[in-house]
Amino acid sequence: MSRLAIIDSGGANIASLQFAIERLGVEATLTTDPSKLAAASHVILPGVGAAADCMARLEALNLTDTIRSLRQPLLGICVGMQLLFEGSEEGDVACLGILPGRVRRFPNLAGMPVPHMGWNQLNITRPTPLLTGLTADDYVYYVHSYAAPVSTDTVATTDYSNRFSAAVQRDNVFGVQFHPERSARPGALILANFLKV
Amino acid sequence: MGDILELAARYREEGADELVFYDITASPDGRSVDRSWVRRVARLLDIPFCVAGGIRSVADAEAVLAEGAEKISVNSPALADPDLIDRLSGRFGAQCVVVGIDSQTADGEFLVYQFTGDPTRTRNTARRTIDWVQEVQQRGAGEIVLNCMASDGVRHGYDLPQLKAVRAVCSVPLIASGGAGAPEHFADVFNQAAVDGALAASVFHSGNIAIPDLKRYLRDAHIEVRP
Repeated sequence: MSRLAIIDSGGANIASLQFAIERLGVEATLTTDPSKLAAASHVILPGVGAAADCMARLEALNLTDTIRSLRQPLLGICVGMQLLFEGSEEGDVACLGILPGRVRRFPNLAGMPVPHMGWNQLNITRPTPLLTGLTADDYVYYVHSYAAPVSTDTVATTDYSNRFSAAVQRDNVFGVQFHPERSARPGALILANFLKV
Repeated sequence: MGDILELAARYREEGADELVFYDITASPDGRSVDRSWVRRVARLLDIPFCVAGGIRSVADAEAVLAEGAEKISVNSPALADPDLIDRLSGRFGAQCVVVGIDSQTADGEFLVYQFTGDPTRTRNTARRTIDWVQEVQQRGAGEIVLNCMASDGVRHGYDLPQLKAVRAVCSVPLIASGGAGAPEHFADVFNQAAVDGALAASVFHSGNIAIPDLKRYLRDAHIEVRP
């Protein structure tokens, strides 16, 4: 039985993630308490809004070292995934630095509106337990203006303006740029996969 | 209430990509309203949804988002208080903030209308739609829903000339609204006006167009859609 903790990163719509977890029949604790995070079997770092605001909140709560030191499975979602990297162009902010690389804004190109919003397919580039059971026909839901470049940690990519990291994994650390909580059945499968890691 | 949960479940099963709820219970005088339906919808849905209507402040938006909505949409209140868009975008990020615009041709230009929810109060703001589309983007709108009023409810197709003109100045996602009556109208608006999404209500509610059939039609027309 997983003891899932969701880090209360201050986003206004963490409720939609909580409901998605609830639909899986799993109970989750929404918390900013380092001891609860340390005691959890799985931890999710959600994030909505600006990377700099989210980092400021994690720093004010003295959570950055706690998150860096987690050895249980950790999943960053959307801005939560972006925070795993060294830094973000959004607010020119230093992030957690668990993964190498810097998050960048999409270029302003004709025919490529920013934010990137909508449903896209995943191109799975490396086997990962997170994406077990997904196929190239599955679509996931995105809404973001910034993304992480493709790196050795990338396990799936999506093309929009350029090719970016749709999902990453390094050891116990996972990240998804899309919103599994709003990605219909494929999203529910990804969350269930994470809880089985 | 039972009706909207049933409808939400039906559209989820049929493969709708996103739902917009126009909250007609939202009190026009700004009194606090019961938003608990948002939570019931959010529990049920595993696709994104937006709540429109009655959002006049950061606190209103916060309440709706805390219940589990992804996005909030503002229309008349943004016209009365354009800085509301900056405040919402600053607090929640552009990706949360949709601006709805009701527009139609008057005096040879596309002009913005306000209070279209109530025919007795509807008024021409004399604002050029093109100017307003540019202003709301500068203020931090992350998406624009353009409701072309002359086409709305007529089911003769989306207003392609107007949507094309707006697309030319719109670098955030643009959603077409008003006029859908047949599958080819959807193909036309994606192909000719390059919109990012097409919104429809009555043709789906009535069952005149079934979403799975529409998606099959669009795929056959080489327009990429989620199955």
